[in-house]
Amino acid sequence: MSAFNAIGEDREIDRNEFTPGIEPQATWCPGCGDFGVLKALKQALPEVGLTPEEVLTVTGIGCSGKLNSYLDTYGFHTIHGRSLPVARAAKLANDGLEVIAAGGDGDGYGIGGNHFMHTARENHDMTYIVFNNEVFGLTKGQTSPTSPKGHTSKTTPHGNAKSPIRPLSLALTSGATYIARTAAVNPNQAKEIIKEAIEHDGFAHIDFLTQCPTWNKDARQYVPYVDVQESDDYDFDVTDRQEAQEMMFETENELYEGTVLTGRYFVDERPSYQDQKKELGEMPEEPLAERYFDDDAEWERSYDLLDRHK
Amino acid sequence: MSDHELIWRIAGGSGDGIDSTSQNFAKALMRSGLDVFTHRHYPSRIRGGHTYVEIRAAGHDVQSRGDGYNFLLSLGDSFARNPQEEAYYGNEEIKPLAENLDDLREGGIIVYDSGLVSEEDVEELNLEERAEENDWHVFPIDLRSLAKEHGREVMRNTAGVGVTAALLEMDLEHIEDLMEDAMPEKILEPNLTILHDAYEMVQEDYEFEHDLRIPEGEHHEEQALLSGSNAIAYGSIDAGCRFIAGYPMTPWTDVFTIMSQHLPDMGGISEQVEDEIAAAALAVGASHAGVKAMSGSSGGGFALMSEPLGLAEMTETPIVLLESMRAGPSTGMPTKPEQGDLEFTLYTSQGDSARVVFAPGTIAEAYEQTRLAFHIAYEYQIPTIIIYDQKLSGENTNVPVSFFDRDPEPSLGSVATEDEIAEMPHDTSGKFHRFQHDVDDGVSPRSLPGQKGGRYLATGNEHTPEGHISEDADNRVAQMDRRMAKLEAIREELETEHESNQTYFGDETADFGIITWGSSQGAVEEAVARLNDQGHAVKAVGVSDMMPFPENEITEFIESVDQAMVVEMNATAQFRGLIQKELGRYGDKLTSLLKYNGNPFEPAEIVEGYEVNVDGGDAEPSAQVRIEPAAGD
Ligand SMILES: Cc1ncc(C[n+]2csc(CCOP(=O)(O)OP(=O)(O)O)c2C)c(N)n1
Ligand code: SF4
Repeated sequence: MSAFNAIGEDREIDRNEFTPGIEPQATWCPGCGDFGVLKALKQALPEVGLTPEEVLTVTGIGCSGKLNSYLDTYGFHTIHGRSLPVARAAKLANDGLEVIAAGGDGDGYGIGGNHFMHTARENHDMTYIVFNNEVFGLTKGQTSPTSPKGHTSKTTPHGNAKSPIRPLSLALTSGATYIARTAAVNPNQAKEIIKEAIEHDGFAHIDFLTQCPTWNKDARQYVPYVDVQESDDYDFDVTDRQEAQEMMFETENELYEGTVLTGRYFVDERPSYQDQKKELGEMPEEPLAERYFDDDAEWERSYDLLDRHK
Repeated sequence: MSDHELIWRIAGGSGDGIDSTSQNFAKALMRSGLDVFTHRHYPSRIRGGHTYVEIRAAGHDVQSRGDGYNFLLSLGDSFARNPQEEAYYGNEEIKPLAENLDDLREGGIIVYDSGLVSEEDVEELNLEERAEENDWHVFPIDLRSLAKEHGREVMRNTAGVGVTAALLEMDLEHIEDLMEDAMPEKILEPNLTILHDAYEMVQEDYEFEHDLRIPEGEHHEEQALLSGSNAIAYGSIDAGCRFIAGYPMTPWTDVFTIMSQHLPDMGGISEQVEDEIAAAALAVGASHAGVKAMSGSSGGGFALMSEPLGLAEMTETPIVLLESMRAGPSTGMPTKPEQGDLEFTLYTSQGDSARVVFAPGTIAEAYEQTRLAFHIAYEYQIPTIIIYDQKLSGENTNVPVSFFDRDPEPSLGSVATEDEIAEMPHDTSGKFHRFQHDVDDGVSPRSLPGQKGGRYLATGNEHTPEGHISEDADNRVAQMDRRMAKLEAIREELETEHESNQTYFGDETADFGIITWGSSQGAVEEAVARLNDQGHAVKAVGVSDMMPFPENEITEFIESVDQAMVVEMNATAQFRGLIQKELGRYGDKLTSLLKYNGNPFEPAEIVEGYEVNVDGGDAEPSAQVRIEPAAGD
């Protein structure tokens, strides 16, 4: 008997199953873009056939980090910037789980930047959603790594001297194999992209534009946006690294200057880290966590290693 | 205790094969029936620089390095003559001979490589005069030429071992066996020839006037020679740990590499990751998902783990962390032992944070307490830490093989099955009460992601029974009290169900006590035996439970003596501070003997510390050991 019967369960799932029935009411501000991510996830998860119990959402700290308080899956709300190392280990420990990590731009591109680079490089089989609102929301509006140059806040009273980070390009050079940008103002595209990201075998990065009406009144809140797959003006091959890179570059320039471009930018079939480790014999074929419930499992002991010490 | 012991020091350049040669020689001594204990001294440099390994061997139990030593095999530093300009390290060829003479005992033997060290060098050292004064027996032997004759210059280590065996009248059998096991055919032949040549040459050409011979001994059961790092790694494996994540840092790297070499072949996973924050966070993630997991580091790296450590505590995720101390602060002295991270390990992480900390004193205890650390972590859903140091990491001693003949313990502890979950409280939305307020011993069973009916939110924020973030006052108190109650329950379990982790030795009726912790235990044990042999009455305890602290046991010990001296390797008396904090008194009864020069205690220094204490302190202890008087003195 499996110890994890929720995994792989096949049944009709209602999106309301993902809503916690009682407290807590969301503490997000009215009009916050984070509601858009929550909604898109609640729609996407049943459509890809996932039940709440086979999904583990791992979040960081920030307004964005509260996602799994309002989404009723197995959840782990970790610490600021550390969702990725927790998430990828959970996936290594039990690769039957669907692991989705999420956090803000400060959380993911600032304090967690190092983990972002390495999780993408290793191409862990998981989805990573960064709520990009160009500010620190929870700590009340300070400048973030994605705030535009010149952005004024309490910590940059004379305007931000730094240029913003380029999340899509960073994901690409680091080694992510599915890279997209979507926006809370475009729920249909958001849902489709989340579905693709979940179904992708490898590290899927979504830069999710979420408006913060409370602290980022200057931001144009990502409208009007253009879906690069829908528009005739853009024609590039998402499997071609070079073309994807150029398109990302343009997108990242445009965000602060004119059009908000969204869509999928890069899809690559490079095998996931989990698959590569299995191939090398560095990871068991069956989920490691199952072993602890298998009465017939053989547990090797150190006694058998002692020959070299005799 | 018999005086008849061999303490063989092989000295040379770091990277010259000193380590493997000494490892094999120690094993040969063990196989000949002796108890052995090794001590390694090395510089913080990859190649070159003076290094030595000391092997103490006797027919009786040996717990630590001895005082000084009685046989020097000095090989010379082959990397001292780096041909690259600007890479000149000074005159280091002579260091393995020059730097070791002070500790050589009277009547000792010196073998040095006359193929490397010139006569002028020897003259400069005044060797002849000093040898006469100390009754040293000096054997200048051209080990290089011996090696080159049948093989290559690097085989001079083998020549040195052959010479040693001949001078000690030691059988070559075990040495040959070990060489056969370790060496590929191509280099085995020349090495064996060199070994025999050196052996015969010494027998034929030299008169022996020394009386040092190989000690006699016999083991009644098969022995294994292993280090503290081996013991910790093996304890983890037997505890069912199948996940490790880490980032290299001396000396924790030893355990990390041993685990990485074995785990994948045992169906486990090892991950070298981007930094120590990630490493500990991975352990948390893996454990959350239902695997026994560990991570660890040394001082500076452990500092980065304080965040995930707190997260593990707040989310009640079991993990085992290792803290392998080296001298700090900052990067300190990477290759030198110190017991300076105790307070840091006990109190790192914000808030009223609690964890369990064990400090094994010997290699066998390291194995035992690692298993215990996993048991406690998974049963009580709390981070446990094993704090040890560079000394315990790298020293080797023999342990009976039968000691390790035990069943593995793969239990995940207080995890509920799906059937059990179905019977347990849920809220109206179906969320599992994973953090119930009122449970015995503070432990509320957990579910694992993917289990039916067990959905909950784990969060580092304060939370309600189902895991919702909450700042409600009543809930805060209930959750806090429950988490804190675990420590009491653990203390009780440690006292009643397990044999005490503390090690007592010496004269039970003595009214002078020594208290020590961690790897200083061996030297204290040795010193106490010596003091009692000399007619003093001394007893000692090596304490392993740092948190929760064994209040009753230590109170009883201190109450039973007039005076107690706390022995530890740091400058600020951290352990003495802990005792006084935990017990709330004894400031006037406890003195400290402190050493923090980068080298572990030798038993004689502890004997001296006793004398200074008891004789009223007119004699000062040796320059690099400090006595910290009792409060009010
Ligand atoms: C180590 C650490 N440093 C700082 C904080 C304080 N902090 C909480 S959230 C946050 C920034 C949140 O910004 P972002 O990640 O962009 O998320 P948002 O709130 O905008 O969704 C900071 C700095 C913390 N919790 N932990
Ligand atoms: S502060 Fe901004 S990001 Fe946070 S909840 Fe309010 S609107 Fe959303």
